[in-house]
Amino acid sequence: MNASAGRLSLWLLLTPFLLWIVLLVLVPHLQMLRVSFQVRESWDTLAWGLEQYQNFFTESYYWRTFVRTGVMSLFTTFLTLLIAFPIAWYIARLARGRAKGLLFLACLVPFWASELVRTYGWMILLRESGLFSSWLQALGWADGPVEMLYNDVAVIIGLVYNGLLFMVVPLVTTLDGMDENLVEAGYDLGGSHLTVLREVVVPWAMPGIVSGCIVVFMLTLGSYLTPILMGGKDSAWFTGQIFTQFITRFNWEQGAALGVLLLVLSSLIVWLGLKLSGQSLRKVMG
Amino acid sequence: MGIESDLFCSNLVRRFGSNAAVDHVSLDVPAGTFFSILGPSGCGKTTLLRLLAGFDRPDEGDIHIRGARMNDVPPNRRPVNMVFQHLALFPTMSVGDNIGYGLKRQKVPAAERRTRIARVLEQVGLPGMENRNPGELSGGQRQRVALARCLVLEPTLLLLDEPLGALDLKLREQMKIELKHLQKAFGTTFVYITHDQSEAMVMSDQVAVMKDGRFDQVAPPEELYREPATPFVAGFVGDNNRLTGELVAVQDELAELRLDDGSMVRGRLGQSSPPIGERVDLFIRPESLVLGGDALRPDYSALRASVTATLFDGANSRLEADSAGQTLYARLPQDGSAPRLREGAGVQLAWDPMLARVFAPGAA
Repeated sequence: MNASAGRLSLWLLLTPFLLWIVLLVLVPHLQMLRVSFQVRESWDTLAWGLEQYQNFFTESYYWRTFVRTGVMSLFTTFLTLLIAFPIAWYIARLARGRAKGLLFLACLVPFWASELVRTYGWMILLRESGLFSSWLQALGWADGPVEMLYNDVAVIIGLVYNGLLFMVVPLVTTLDGMDENLVEAGYDLGGSHLTVLREVVVPWAMPGIVSGCIVVFMLTLGSYLTPILMGGKDSAWFTGQIFTQFITRFNWEQGAALGVLLLVLSSLIVWLGLKLSGQSLRKVMG
Repeated sequence: MGIESDLFCSNLVRRFGSNAAVDHVSLDVPAGTFFSILGPSGCGKTTLLRLLAGFDRPDEGDIHIRGARMNDVPPNRRPVNMVFQHLALFPTMSVGDNIGYGLKRQKVPAAERRTRIARVLEQVGLPGMENRNPGELSGGQRQRVALARCLVLEPTLLLLDEPLGALDLKLREQMKIELKHLQKAFGTTFVYITHDQSEAMVMSDQVAVMKDGRFDQVAPPEELYREPATPFVAGFVGDNNRLTGELVAVQDELAELRLDDGSMVRGRLGQSSPPIGERVDLFIRPESLVLGGDALRPDYSALRASVTATLFDGANSRLEADSAGQTLYARLPQDGSAPRLREGAGVQLAWDPMLARVFAPGAA
């Protein structure tokens, strides 16, 4: 009686989780994988084949976008880390009491608005008729309106901004747990600022750095709104390609193949990152 | 001695707001000395140590190490290393890398680094432990790694911030002795801070007793114990009994005081001579109290007391007695010479006035 009741409660607890995993993760991905290997021969006949994957490698536009998205996501992740680390250091080590809470809140506040509104905020600042452009003109540094949107820099600014919080939070958590004496010992034994950072602080913060990087990289690689809105028509982001195949061209087979490739790419890079930093997923995700 | 000593400080002051945590402290530590700073928590000893290490700057005064002024030298450029209270071994490095960290900063080539790491590990009794992780070591072993990490750099001065505090009692006793031997073997000057007077007494050549940011007395342990300069030192270093009474007469260096119950006792005056009629404290050590009247010499002071309890603790066994509302402790020698005493029994406690010290309360 007791054992079966225990088993029942275990199943009841597991059910929402299993439903979520199966219905929202496993089934769509398996379906996408299946569709990606289907070749439409005529309006009512399907065959199995690799045509979609062949298309990806023969059409240079596809794989160029693919590589570009990967490289820019890596760069964005790295830039986010560089910006987030001093912020996290300040919040975790230097700020005290109320200031700490307020600073954390300040990082969180932008996320109360949707990604669309956040991106629109940047557009107001950067567009041709935007604030920066008019300030530059008022100061006499520019003769006519300056367009700062619709280029790669704008895309990266938007992506870094979106990822910042997800980098700051794990970094603050790991840096918070570091004994102040470790840093002092690093100096006391003859280390310069750079050595202490490289030999003591970064190794300690590595789990936080890696987990932040994984989250930011995945978010960036899979983001859609920011590259489209801030990069314009020529943003050439891989998610844009997938969208075009599914929605504009109604070519679900090609879209599914591109989706599978994106999944493989992100998994591969995360795996490589873990290997290179000597971390394991279990350690990083705690 | 003087400015060329391993450590020479003059009139150091460090203020936090209006409160001076270190208040005009001067000290002079010759080479090869084991120097302890002993004081209760909050007396400013940690602040003083951080000034010496360079983590904090003094508001006034100078720090000289082997004649070189250190005030504006950052911690990584001082010939000073520190063993932290919680050791602060780098958890992401092996024992060997922990010890090699400082050598690497001094640009010692890899081969020499390896031999020096191996040698220092042998000296602290952990040969061949290079590849272990600090987390795998026991408390005592970690302690030794922390010491080795500093000693391998051959610093002029080694600062130790209560490093034995986290160890259990047995290991602490053992490490005390070991630390003293290591200091002798390396010949490095140690500055050790602690609130544990036994640690300071056992290990040190010189002890500075610190209170409210000032040094009350700087002396070898035995002198501190036998010739305390202030009532604070008398009460803080070693066990002591305190009797309060009114000063009635001073004869040479002996003071006579009348306790609240009217009995007259005598003791040697401390440095200052308070005016007649002042309230004064008499300090007498438990081992200086003699039980019973047989061996009583005419010049001894004596008190009637009643036994409250006998506290058996091997060689530290004591008698707790009450005399006119004041609790007194006397040592009970365990060689069979002490009489058997029941609770409530009356005893006579006597002492040689030369062994008792009399101070005006609050005298510095």
